[in-house]
Amino acid sequence: MATVELSFTALPAHVRTARLVATAVARRSGVDESLLDEVRLAVGEACSRAVEGHLLYCPAEPVRLALTESAGRFEVEVTDTCERGEDPAGPGAASSSAADSRIGAGLGIAVIEGLADDVEIRETPEGTSIRMSWPLAEAAR
Amino acid sequence: MDLKLDHHSKDGIEIVDVEGEIDVYTAPRLRELLIELVNSRFYQLVVNMENVEFLDSTGLGVLVGGLKRVRAHDGSLDLVCTQERILKIFRITGLTKVFGIHDTVDEAIAARRAEK
Repeated sequence: MATVELSFTALPAHVRTARLVATAVARRSGVDESLLDEVRLAVGEACSRAVEGHLLYCPAEPVRLALTESAGRFEVEVTDTCERGEDPAGPGAASSSAADSRIGAGLGIAVIEGLADDVEIRETPEGTSIRMSWPLAEAAR
Repeated sequence: MDLKLDHHSKDGIEIVDVEGEIDVYTAPRLRELLIELVNSRFYQLVVNMENVEFLDSTGLGVLVGGLKRVRAHDGSLDLVCTQERILKIFRITGLTKVFGIHDTVDEAIAARRAEK
């Protein structure tokens, strides 16, 4: 079982809460202070991506965040449960705000991959799970 | 800390002061401000990010969107930022090549004037 699990309604306002919880648990687990900014940003990116997907395809379903300590690493898994189909607005029909957020969505994965040295993105028919991990400081093991 | 936005003119350039966290929740407000400025015919913008505590890809998307809008009017959007944690995000995504990033507002204005 995860050390801490969080399940939240897919609303942008809750992404900040998810970031704060993940950073607090990472610190508590013994992730080095110098890595906490990376954890905060990567978790925020993964949760933003999940929230945006849920808002489009399944707003009633919650987004799940699991934080686990195992084998000297702090592991984060963000799971969404939306089947990504065609863009409901259709290609080219997007508003300017949707266009900006699509630029952001593409960058989101780039940011995650640039930040966490260990990332695994699994796309299944039921949704996407982003798993990433950081080392725990020696003293915390 | 939420997001605080302010703007003022300096030497014919509109300075946008951003304070707090730019993320998926607050970024739409920055987007609206940039659109409003472009609609009011401010095409030379400097976004001062010295007091930004958090920036994610949603915020980057809004800045790139703002840049696209001012460029459509031969304008410019430069950034002021010296914080390593924020600069790192621009570096990872390769956006340091897209934006002019300066240490101070005065430097950003001077660089913009020199280009004219």
